[in-house]
Amino acid sequence: MTGQSTKLERVVTTRSTRRLKAPRWLIGYVFIAPWLVAFVAFEAYPILSGFYHSFTDWTATGRAERFVGFDNYIEAFTRDPLFWKAVSNTIYYIGVSVPLGIVVAFALALMLNSGIHGTTLYRTIYYLPSVVPAVAAVIVWIFIFETRRGILNWGLELLGLPAIRWLSDPAWAMPALIIMSLWSIGASVIIFLAGLQGIPQELYEAAEVDGANSWHNLWRITVPLMTPTIFFNLIMSLVAAFQAFNNAFIMTNGGPNNATLLYMLHLYNHAFRYFRMGYASALAVVLFLVVFGLTYFVYRSSRRWVYYS
Amino acid sequence: MAVRNPTARVVSHGLLHLILMTGSILMLIPLVWTVSTSLKTPQQVAVWPPEWIPNPVMWSNYIDIFRVAPVMLWLRNSLVLVAAEVLGSVITCSFVAYGFARVRFPGRDAIFLLLLSTLMMPYVVRLIPLYVIYNQIGWINTFLPVTVPQLLGRNPFFIFLLRQFFMGIPEELSDAARIDGCSEFGIWWRIVMPLSKPALAAVAIFAFRDSWDNFLAPLVYMAGRPDLRPLAVGLYTLRGGAGQLPDTHYLMALSTLMILPMLIIFALGQRYFIQGVTLSGLKG
Repeated sequence: MTGQSTKLERVVTTRSTRRLKAPRWLIGYVFIAPWLVAFVAFEAYPILSGFYHSFTDWTATGRAERFVGFDNYIEAFTRDPLFWKAVSNTIYYIGVSVPLGIVVAFALALMLNSGIHGTTLYRTIYYLPSVVPAVAAVIVWIFIFETRRGILNWGLELLGLPAIRWLSDPAWAMPALIIMSLWSIGASVIIFLAGLQGIPQELYEAAEVDGANSWHNLWRITVPLMTPTIFFNLIMSLVAAFQAFNNAFIMTNGGPNNATLLYMLHLYNHAFRYFRMGYASALAVVLFLVVFGLTYFVYRSSRRWVYYS
Repeated sequence: MAVRNPTARVVSHGLLHLILMTGSILMLIPLVWTVSTSLKTPQQVAVWPPEWIPNPVMWSNYIDIFRVAPVMLWLRNSLVLVAAEVLGSVITCSFVAYGFARVRFPGRDAIFLLLLSTLMMPYVVRLIPLYVIYNQIGWINTFLPVTVPQLLGRNPFFIFLLRQFFMGIPEELSDAARIDGCSEFGIWWRIVMPLSKPALAAVAIFAFRDSWDNFLAPLVYMAGRPDLRPLAVGLYTLRGGAGQLPDTHYLMALSTLMILPMLIIFALGQRYFIQGVTLSGLKG
């Protein structure tokens, strides 16, 4: 799709280049210059210097840093008792919240696209929680999850179920974080809905002539045609899940008993509570490599399951 | 998914409405509960089973909150962050996006790929080295770490979104302007910008939300200056330890005050919100 448009662009631009005095490539760089400066100063250089610090025992307390080779990495993988806990917590959180969010959002979009009345109103309601500022949302959810005053336990009581100590029971704190993440799936719903509305109706009509039922339609027409949208939402959900620092930090601060100690929180603690900047830098490098690898993997695998017409 | 039989259609639609309405109620309950709690007395907040209607209605909570906490100061600080991010997104990000969308230069596609890849990186990866850099150049405990990158159009998502929109504007318009002697900068400012108001509105709204919400950066880089705290950090400091909420009625009042501007903007600009979200998804 983009290949075609750039080819067209090239034809148009080469025609107009001859009339311009300043070299066109220079103009291009002038336009992107602000971002390039920000990229070099606030992205590339920090990441490179983080690489460097990860090989030192730097503490940010004024003591001169020493080069320690791979010690920080060896400590993380073999001696830090919380490292693997943080890794497994993060896999738990992302592994459940991302697929669950995608499935729920897709199901909601399918229902909204079935030609019922009030689609616009429903769409507004489902998107509404996504505009709530994150910190305010977490404060509100802490209150909802409270054992004795929380309305979630009140709802359980109405259903005849026992109260749950959501934020103080190690078994329930992570499910609580995941439930909260589901509250803001509105953007995914809207993107799925727009994708569904773009599927030509004739395809379903043709399938109906061939005697297909709705189940066949869903798996043979809707899902295959929606794979680019699913792919996009998957990427965006992964990004959001890796940024889920605020919720865990404010709601439970990693507790109870490190049940919600996400990797990002572990990194933050080492940097800004224990001031072990060198070690925390090594943790950041590991996270960088994992996110990089995951993105590459999702992107590569998408060639096999994403269908572009 | 057409259902032929009219009775079956009524039944299936009824069922769908039932599911969607239950979902809607679950989505709205936290908001209703927040507003309701913000208008209660501390005694009524503790009542079990929970009461939904505040009695008496404590409008005074919304006045007291300004006395309990330096809310006006936090609000002023938040507005500084908002101004930088909205300005940077609408002007700088659009300027950069024009370069990626409409000017052909060597390395453009590779650089754009680089830009997209930065979208994936969690912010915490850069948190420590950025702290070091800001410390070296004396930016710690100032507004600079949360305004300068934004003014430089740092947000790759906004650039991506605007580029998608710009690519849809007919090239003939730019060509006509070029024949009339208009420079690339003139085309961006006088032709592409006015034609992109919906996309710019969407970006401005997202920028408002992001900066209104900015928590981690001000928390870390401005930790030594409580008087520079924005609302998000202020609200965080008002609450007790992890999982605790003293003075819940005040916390909910301040949360409501923080949510309210977003709801108003959403109500006024819903079209642009939805457009922005779909624009990001459809042409991805």
